[in-house]
Amino acid sequence: MAFVPFEFELPNPNTVNPTTTLSDADLVRRSASSVPPPARQLTPVAKLIDVSKCIGCKACQAACLEWNDKRADIGTFAGSYDNPADLTPEMFTLMRFTEWVNPDTNNLEWLIRKDGCMHCEDPGCLKACPAPGAIVQYSNGIVDFVHENCIGCGYCVRGCPFNIPRISKVDNKAYKCTLCSDRVAVGQGPACAKACPTHAITFGTKEEMNKHAADRIKDLKSRGFANAGLYDPPGVSGTHVMYVLHHADKPEIYANLPNNPRISPIVQLWKGTATKYLGLAAMGLMAAIGFVHHIVEGPNKVSPEDEEAAKRLAGSGRP
Amino acid sequence: MTAYDVEPGDSVHPGDPVTVDRYTAGARVNHWITATCLVLLALSGLALFSPWLFFLTDLFGGGQWTRAIHPWIGVVLFFSFAGLFIRFWRANLWKAEDGTWLARLHDVITGHEERLPEVGKYNAGQKAVFWLMSILIIVLISSGLVMWDQYFYGYTAIEQKRIAVLVHSMAAVIIICVWIVHVYAAIWVRGTIGAMTRGQVTGGWAWRHHRKWLRELVSGKKSS
Repeated sequence: MAFVPFEFELPNPNTVNPTTTLSDADLVRRSASSVPPPARQLTPVAKLIDVSKCIGCKACQAACLEWNDKRADIGTFAGSYDNPADLTPEMFTLMRFTEWVNPDTNNLEWLIRKDGCMHCEDPGCLKACPAPGAIVQYSNGIVDFVHENCIGCGYCVRGCPFNIPRISKVDNKAYKCTLCSDRVAVGQGPACAKACPTHAITFGTKEEMNKHAADRIKDLKSRGFANAGLYDPPGVSGTHVMYVLHHADKPEIYANLPNNPRISPIVQLWKGTATKYLGLAAMGLMAAIGFVHHIVEGPNKVSPEDEEAAKRLAGSGRP
Repeated sequence: MTAYDVEPGDSVHPGDPVTVDRYTAGARVNHWITATCLVLLALSGLALFSPWLFFLTDLFGGGQWTRAIHPWIGVVLFFSFAGLFIRFWRANLWKAEDGTWLARLHDVITGHEERLPEVGKYNAGQKAVFWLMSILIIVLISSGLVMWDQYFYGYTAIEQKRIAVLVHSMAAVIIICVWIVHVYAAIWVRGTIGAMTRGQVTGGWAWRHHRKWLRELVSGKKSS
């Protein structure tokens, strides 16, 4: 078999006059507010995480901390290789290790999934957010938190089908993976993808990544992983972070990756236009009924007869 | 026998007009602390309920302050309302005449009080407001604690937090509607607001709206 050079290697940074190609003009959604339709449509991007190629080195985590200038606290051993034990306001991405015994082969399989924001096309966090402009979505698919607008309410945590956002105890703002929007804006790929030694993490246009994934899945299938497949869940209209899974029929074995993620129906009901309009209408209606009632019926006044009757009852007015 | 709905401090003073003490200074202060909290909670809560009303966060010093202060106001309201509950619950127990009163709601809203049964310190409408407020405040504080991530994030699962936020917003809509009824009734029925500002109403007001209570006060005074 001929050697095929890997075609998704990232170029070195362009340090000469990098142009910023992500701006407010590229927003397609803005939390608790509306945006005018963008004049141009950016090419949708995607990060592809090939779980079958991951060696669990955590270089992506280190690169993420480095690029975002975060320092995770020294943790404590919680009985697994996961370090830290969960996503934190500083740690936007996390290798989650699962020891899984394949019932078909009785082999132990070490499943390592890089967890983090999936950058949903239908973002639950953004739809749950009450603060105008605290969460935005660019036309290339990146969902980003704008911290100066964040009020720290945690509604994004309820909206997210993947349990990703974390609220900082330091500044009470929500944090998550930005898909390195600041790097992407100047033509670079995310720091994690740049650091990955096995190219388990690749970044490019969503179309390229789909193509690359298809090749990888074909390869995995030829090597006995009959259920290998792409994780690009339709319940959230697809994601801009996708996985190649060797057992795509059972995503939940990868540290509880949701099988059919979607915005919770409870959140949809709570945030639904019907609830909001009905709620505001109910309050407005009550006030309006009162107003109309007062106009129609007039005030309910105590009459002089009432006062006289009270006087007779109380026995006053006697000399 | 002590009348069931005469509260401590209620008394009648013969004169022209007759005046009736309805709320003690303690009850009034307690009421206005609760009222202030409820209004602040409604404003800060509505700010996060709909993007149209997000501007209300400016009243509280911005979004972060609104988010931080809302639950604390809720705690103050809870304890303040608990004080009102202890004061008023006995006089708000449901009585036989309340069913009749409620069945003739049409006469109530058209102002035909002569067709209504004589009622004690509170009529069925006031009792409904009292019990709805009591129940809704318990629902709001319970769901509110589940939503209070700053201190209680780790105690509940995300699915429970989702349910809590839905229940909280629905209960809030209902309690604001109940509050509108409460405030409107106080405005519509002239002579009522003095009960909560000066603590007194006129004898005529008591005769017209709470005759049974007035009779109990008068007979209690005569027998003592």
